[in-house]
Amino acid sequence: MRVNFTVNGRPQEADDVWEGESLLYVLRERLGLPGSKNACEQGECGSCTVRLDGVPVCSCLVAAGQVQGREVVTVEGLADYAKQRAEGGCATGACGSAGTSLDEAKGWQAKGDSQTGEGGELSPIQQAFMDAGAVQCGFCTPGLLVAADEMLERNPNPTDADIREALSGNLCRCTGYEKIMDAVRLAAARQSEGV
Amino acid sequence: MDFLRPASWEEALAAKAEHPTAVPIAGGTDVMVEINFDHRRPEYLLDLNRIGDLYEWEVGEESVRLGASVPYTRIMENLRAELPGLALASHTVASPQIRNRGGVGGNLGTASPAGDAHPALLAAGAEVEVESVRGSRRIPIDEFYTGVKRNALAADELIRAVHVKKADGPQQFSKVGTRNAMVIAVCAFGIALHPETRTVRTGIGSAAPTPVRARAAEEFLDAALEEGGFWDNGKIITPSVAKQFAELCSAACNPIDDVRGTASYRRHAVGVMARRTLTWTWESYRGTRRTSEGAA
Repeated sequence: MRVNFTVNGRPQEADDVWEGESLLYVLRERLGLPGSKNACEQGECGSCTVRLDGVPVCSCLVAAGQVQGREVVTVEGLADYAKQRAEGGCATGACGSAGTSLDEAKGWQAKGDSQTGEGGELSPIQQAFMDAGAVQCGFCTPGLLVAADEMLERNPNPTDADIREALSGNLCRCTGYEKIMDAVRLAAARQSEGV
Repeated sequence: MDFLRPASWEEALAAKAEHPTAVPIAGGTDVMVEINFDHRRPEYLLDLNRIGDLYEWEVGEESVRLGASVPYTRIMENLRAELPGLALASHTVASPQIRNRGGVGGNLGTASPAGDAHPALLAAGAEVEVESVRGSRRIPIDEFYTGVKRNALAADELIRAVHVKKADGPQQFSKVGTRNAMVIAVCAFGIALHPETRTVRTGIGSAAPTPVRARAAEEFLDAALEEGGFWDNGKIITPSVAKQFAELCSAACNPIDDVRGTASYRRHAVGVMARRTLTWTWESYRGTRRTSEGAA
């Protein structure tokens, strides 16, 4: 079947989609967006977290056919999404020219210095993860970024308990989470100071 | 496989009548796992995401009509006063991502003994509104669970809503698992005090082939509270009463040994949760009594 939906603010079309296929598979294998990670395929790990009509979901548990006509934001579109939000614009792309094209998204990388993120275009949460050293193998990072970014949008001054709960559906097997907590606290502090 | 996308409830009923083997999918948090792991290859998937009615709830005089697809997140945010037990249970479901998609309709459809909503629904008192092209009916929650992952639905029926009685007293929910998130219950317990009828209702999860009430425990406690004048005098529950209640709750279990826990552990843990949640709810009841007396 064919599925038409919006990805990172741009309309996309996926063809020859199998009826039992997940949104995650469509993103990775049909649209060429491997940012959302495929690990557990049962909603346990959160590595495939994307925003569906603004709401964080495990894309491995959304049937592709269910996203027909809906809006998805992946980690590849996060920088632009956060930028639009900061400018008070329309981050979902429903209102015009904003968004990240498929080619841009496929080739997305942290421009500038890959160690410090300087000179690149990162969302504040991505920059905070780099600054706090919250990334080791990086496999869980995209899901954590999407989940953490959504929490900061909803709750600009989170307590540690708020952060832990918001990230409770995202497993990391390297870091022990402390640096991840640091990163989210850092992003929250920068956000409230308007840095 | 065919992907059916009805745009309305009537279309969904017609599709289910035409294809009784069609598997309804709403949040997808159970169905997609089975498909991803090749445990299930349904001939038809019946997508319910387009039916807006299923995402709505209405607070009535006696009960809340909760649309089958209302996500757990919405229940936690909006129905904590009316449905405290279900709101607590909703908060223990998996993770934010899952709570954003899953709802009570899916829990009922899957009818797993480990579903988090069941003990809360049993304790509060509820009816499941199901419908087919033949008509609509309401199934009392006590008659809904018929076996392991089996329910009272006919092949052509879909779950439209669940009518949950509004709380008339304190409710609690407790669940045993290895961490605070992403846990399938080793066992779970729900309790609701109903001061208006001077009754107590319970619900046990993951400790029998189906979710069950501890009826003997309820009858014992109802009688003990009545006999001691507890509802009126608001005294502390006698430890021996709490102990007996806990033992009867353990006795209502019919658990198995599995990867998550042994049968004897489950029986024991249900007793502990029963005693604790009885104490919590009763203390809360005593507190509201004192406050209302103080105000009077």
